[in-house]
Amino acid sequence: MAKNTSLYEKHLAAGGKMVDFAGWEMPIHYGSQLEEHHQVRRDAGIFDVSHMTIIDLSGREVRGFLQKLLANDVNRLKKKGKALYSCMLNEKAGVIDDLIIYYMHDDWYRMIVNAATRNKDLTWIEKQAQNFEINIDERPDLAMLAVQGPNAREKAHKALGNKILAAQDLTPFFAVDCGEIFVGRTGYTGEDGYEIVLPSQQVPQLWDDLLTAGIEPIGLGARDTLRLEAGMNLYGQDMDESTNPLESGLAWTIAWQPEDRDFIGRGVLQKLRDSGPNNKLVGLVLQERGVLRNHQKVIVDGVGEGEITSGSFSPTLKCAIALARVPAQTEDQCHVEIRGEKRSAKVVKPSFVRFGQSCID
Amino acid sequence: MSNVPDNLKYTKTHEWIRQESDGTLTIGVTDHAQGLLGDMVFVEVPDVDANFNSGDDCAVVESVKAASDVYCPVSGEITETNEALADTPEMVNNDPFGDGWLFKLRPTDPNEISTLLDANGYQEIIAEDSH
Repeated sequence: MAKNTSLYEKHLAAGGKMVDFAGWEMPIHYGSQLEEHHQVRRDAGIFDVSHMTIIDLSGREVRGFLQKLLANDVNRLKKKGKALYSCMLNEKAGVIDDLIIYYMHDDWYRMIVNAATRNKDLTWIEKQAQNFEINIDERPDLAMLAVQGPNAREKAHKALGNKILAAQDLTPFFAVDCGEIFVGRTGYTGEDGYEIVLPSQQVPQLWDDLLTAGIEPIGLGARDTLRLEAGMNLYGQDMDESTNPLESGLAWTIAWQPEDRDFIGRGVLQKLRDSGPNNKLVGLVLQERGVLRNHQKVIVDGVGEGEITSGSFSPTLKCAIALARVPAQTEDQCHVEIRGEKRSAKVVKPSFVRFGQSCID
Repeated sequence: MSNVPDNLKYTKTHEWIRQESDGTLTIGVTDHAQGLLGDMVFVEVPDVDANFNSGDDCAVVESVKAASDVYCPVSGEITETNEALADTPEMVNNDPFGDGWLFKLRPTDPNEISTLLDANGYQEIIAEDSH
């Protein structure tokens, strides 16, 4: 049986075409994925992301526990409300999941992990927590929305007024608990906006209020093309347990200092760093006609082969773009095999569009 | 509900075929198919003068979501392709039976057309698909 979020009826009412996503029935689009994509780049859109897993961590030893569990260091979080993006690794430095963690109080961290990885994440976290004095509380009672786009914050404040007043002064990558509603200035689109967590029973009313303020509903289809343009990894495609952060464009999320912080996977990862990883994750821009797709073969002349991990048409740039795992020696050109034909692609830093603007020369 | 014009022929792989007065056939993808695929972003048409057997993949329509092969409905030679689709692939969504046509073909054997589905036959295929 597929699970529904508290907004299921609202999605149907908005014309949502529902598909299965990790056991959840979610809207892929509400008519046109392309129009929804542009709506977020140009104005404001709202996404139901209630299928994602919210875990509250508390207890006396929570900071020490998270310093062991995560490859990024929660000790970097000095100010209350600050968010951190991190990988959770296994002993072999394979990526179990990527996540956002918010530091709310010394005794309260809120972690948001993927929907598809919920079960294995919880099992892993509980196993690692055995020798720590901490509480792990999954929060299925909470729903989550993302409002994203250049006008998203302004429209959200207009719609919600006093309910999220405390969010008015949030700087990027910070969150604030406004009583019943938790607001983080984070997202997965490359645009400004909020991610909003609140009790499930309140979410239909909030959805209506945000729609009334002119924020349009956006499906998971546009969420994928938006995050790809922003050069953000998708777990299960761009990295998983068979790869590691250094070969997934996520070296920046590893906190090597202090040297004595013994996070899970550190030993293997350090050896890999010292010997030099074989592969790297890069961005590709197709220079010929066609569309890049997941699993297409990448050919780097004189070097070797790689594979596209996420490929699509970029609605903003109007050409095909991709993330690809290629040999570490790859320079600025490669070919991609599309239906048996080699087509030229340019290798770029994996960030294609930010704040509505192209990052590609 | 998708539109299935009575005056056209169809295949179960969602191509439509119109018989022209000069003996050629105009071919495109149906309204039902474009609806399933979503926003088109790229169309690859065959080369003019190329020859295909019925059932050969001879064109590709790609939406934001996925690539889908287009199969040649009857054997023949390509006489013309819709070059406008290079810049406006969305015509396949907006006008699948009109400006969104893909290519024209001269059939090797005009009798082969009788093997194609009529509008009623295609309606049944769509109905089965949605179960």
